[in-house]
Amino acid sequence: MIFAVVAVAILGIGNRWGSRVFLVASVGPLAALVWAVSAASRVGNGDLPTESWTWVSSLGLIIDFRADWFSILMALLISVVGIGVFLYAVSYFENSRDVARIASALVMFAGAMFGLVISDNLLLLFVFWELTSLLSYVLIGSNEEKPGARVAALHALLVTGSGGLAMLAGFILIGESADTYSLSAIVHNPPSGMVVNVAVLLVALGAFTKSAQVPFHGWLPRAMEAPTPVSAYLHSATMVKAGVFLVARFAEPFSDTTPFGPVVVVVGCASMILGGWRALRQHDLKLLLAFGTISQLGLMMVLFGSGKEKLAIAGCVLLIAHAAYKSSLFLVVGIIDHQTHTRDIRRLGMLGRKWPVVAGVAVAAAASMAGVPPFLGFLSKELAFYGFLDWSEPSGLIVLCVVAVASAFTVAYSARFVWGAFFSVRSGRAVLDPPVSTPSPNAWFALSPLVLASLGLVLGVLPLLLESLVSGSVKSLGFEVPTIHLALWGGFNAALALSALVLVAGAWMFVGRRAIERIQARFEGVPSSVGVYDATVRGVLALSGRVTAITQSGSLRVYVAVLVLTMVALPSIPLAMNGWPGSWPSLVDSPIQAVIGIIMITAAAAAAVFHRRFASVIALSVVGYGMAALFVVQGAPDLALTQVLVETLGTVAFVLVIRHLPEKFVVAKSRGNAAAIAVSVAVAVFVFWFALSARTVSETAGPEAVVATQVESTESERGPAVEERTVSEEYLERSKPEAHGSNVVNVILVDFRGLDTLGEITVLFVAAIGIVGLIRFGARRSKDRTEVDQEVVDS
Amino acid sequence: MSEWTEQTNGSTSDLDQEIGRPSMVLDVVVRAEFHALLVASLWLLFVGHNLPGGGFVGGLVVVAAFGLRLAAGGSAELLKSLRIRSEVVLSLGLLVATGTALLGLVNDGTLLQSRELHVTLPWLGEIATSSAFFFDLGVYLVVVGSFHWLLEVFSEPESEGDFE
Repeated sequence: MIFAVVAVAILGIGNRWGSRVFLVASVGPLAALVWAVSAASRVGNGDLPTESWTWVSSLGLIIDFRADWFSILMALLISVVGIGVFLYAVSYFENSRDVARIASALVMFAGAMFGLVISDNLLLLFVFWELTSLLSYVLIGSNEEKPGARVAALHALLVTGSGGLAMLAGFILIGESADTYSLSAIVHNPPSGMVVNVAVLLVALGAFTKSAQVPFHGWLPRAMEAPTPVSAYLHSATMVKAGVFLVARFAEPFSDTTPFGPVVVVVGCASMILGGWRALRQHDLKLLLAFGTISQLGLMMVLFGSGKEKLAIAGCVLLIAHAAYKSSLFLVVGIIDHQTHTRDIRRLGMLGRKWPVVAGVAVAAAASMAGVPPFLGFLSKELAFYGFLDWSEPSGLIVLCVVAVASAFTVAYSARFVWGAFFSVRSGRAVLDPPVSTPSPNAWFALSPLVLASLGLVLGVLPLLLESLVSGSVKSLGFEVPTIHLALWGGFNAALALSALVLVAGAWMFVGRRAIERIQARFEGVPSSVGVYDATVRGVLALSGRVTAITQSGSLRVYVAVLVLTMVALPSIPLAMNGWPGSWPSLVDSPIQAVIGIIMITAAAAAAVFHRRFASVIALSVVGYGMAALFVVQGAPDLALTQVLVETLGTVAFVLVIRHLPEKFVVAKSRGNAAAIAVSVAVAVFVFWFALSARTVSETAGPEAVVATQVESTESERGPAVEERTVSEEYLERSKPEAHGSNVVNVILVDFRGLDTLGEITVLFVAAIGIVGLIRFGARRSKDRTEVDQEVVDS
Repeated sequence: MSEWTEQTNGSTSDLDQEIGRPSMVLDVVVRAEFHALLVASLWLLFVGHNLPGGGFVGGLVVVAAFGLRLAAGGSAELLKSLRIRSEVVLSLGLLVATGTALLGLVNDGTLLQSRELHVTLPWLGEIATSSAFFFDLGVYLVVVGSFHWLLEVFSEPESEGDFE
């Protein structure tokens, strides 16, 4: 709730305060932090805070919040990183326009993310999930003048959005087979079966797209078009973790009984390797970090998806460690970008001597990322190896090897990052480029990354602080664990040996980076995820172009024929199933009907025969007025009145349009004429049959038609035509007492079926805008065209 | 809503040329009829809940009156017949209708829920009506606004283009 208020307030304050609105914005995550801490103390006492409001009960959509340790862990990440990013953004957006929009979107995003991790209802979770996707779209594309940013934003939205839809389908399947949408109930008592197998895979698909896993990872590097605070917050610390969060929630109940676990582990492994490999190739610091994030997220997927409690412990620690070091690294890149206007390591270097504090922060964070003791990253890696060594099955060994290789990649790209940005001596071709100017950042700017990076150090040295949080989280994920003892130093064992091996291998890869670059150059031709995405989008556009070319032939005659035939064909199916209505109505009730009927028939025939458009229109309106007269005779004044007016206006409109058309019809070819006659006859037969059926089976007809016949029959005192209680009778009875009106037609329009009317006037509104636009634009365009033609002629 | 000024033949749109000089008879008749039609439409709007009529029909009557103005005086006359821009009337109508619908949601928890209203007006005394009247008013405004707008566009001289 607070997030929404703050977001609106920021929009209100607008750009007047400049980038200082981010100070206001940080109230949102601050409130979340306070909430998380207070919830933590309550959960510590064994009491689960829950809140619940029913929203749409028929859909099982209940606004259901529930806090357990894992939610609190996520909420802490969101709030702590959020505060850091917001304070940092004050300096970053110093001279930007449109700060308020970015700030409010960021606050709303923090709110949506917060809602996501504490919601206990699958559908509610989905709502927040899509909210984060939408806000991410806004934030990536916040610089709308950059075409790259727009493309990137759309890419992210399409991928995560369609993944979200798959996830929704999965949620519904699970919810229906479990008979509840409550997350905690489902986790406690998981359903099983073939349907659930499919469902969890759909959910996994959603998680993969959100967490940028192979083969959907392409959007994340592209999203680096976003301002750096946005990247730091969304694309490293929080949003992309939503997928991991979901996998963590689903792992314990579903990884044994369904293919969920293996799929997640395989995809995670692939992402780890691919992300690490690609990160070694990047020259853009931000892209390097983005691919590193893909790799790290893959590791988290593996840790949680395996459904082993020891790996889940490692996963929780890695969640925290990653949020701390990756966000601070991003913020460091932001500082570099902001001060030097480049992120290319071929142009950077030697910054270490000029900015010792920033360099120190970067080294600390990168060391945590690489898993160097005594940082928290080392602890998480250690725990992971420890868990994998415990995995008795042979598949565990394979996964362990993959993780070890990926970790070596991580060490290598961490070194590449720090070296490239701060210590490398520019050499070769790069020397020719003009050296970048390097004004020093102020202290405030460097504060947030400093605090976040030192978190990694403090928690690494004193992992005791995390013990209750991590053990509570793992327990709330459904694992049975004794109390966990976290310690940096686990003694000399296989895990430590592995860590050392990884560090050495990574260092070796960094030293031999030239050779690796040569190997990588050979893989240039392999299609990338971005390429596949672009090809897909192009394919869809081409397909829609072809479909449009077929369906939109541009001929009015064809359009009308298609419309009319659809109208005839679809209702004919139920009509045919009902069979012949049986009885004929009495043909003529009074002599005046016969007279009117003859006039109408004559006029209709004339309209078809006339060659002059104007004469045809007049004949048509005679038919219309005749209809109105028939309504009057039958005792339906409302319909008659409306008919007269519509007819009048129709004629006026015709006259206004007709002046643009040739005076006479073009005499069509005989084949076209035959088709037109066939269509007309089909329509006539259908309408006649429909009217006959509607008369006897009133319920199948629309309410207005029924009421019209009903009013007529009561007023002419021929008794009700239908014996059983019909819709119309019910409306007649309810009209006066419930809607306080005695004109049934009007009561139906504005009350009983008021929503229909609301829809209709909305359609009228849109149609009016559309017509006006078409005519004005069409006129302008044709004028332009004549001008162009004129110019062509002139030249 | 309307202002009847002396017939000006300043505008030279093609439609005016097609119509030629309006006949004196039509001019006088329209002048007499226009306000009567407006009153009639309001009457239809107000009685709609209990007698034949309603927002849709009432709106159409107004539009018919506009049509007469157009026939008598051409597009310039049509523009003069509504002082507020028709887009504004159109939007206002949708706003009123949606607002009424939402009011039902707020008051009774159901969209479009109508309730009986008793209003005491000076001179007229107490009037019993339904909140659905305001919904009908919205319909009325939408009809008036949209059709007036369409008439404007159809009759404006620039629209001389091809309707392929």
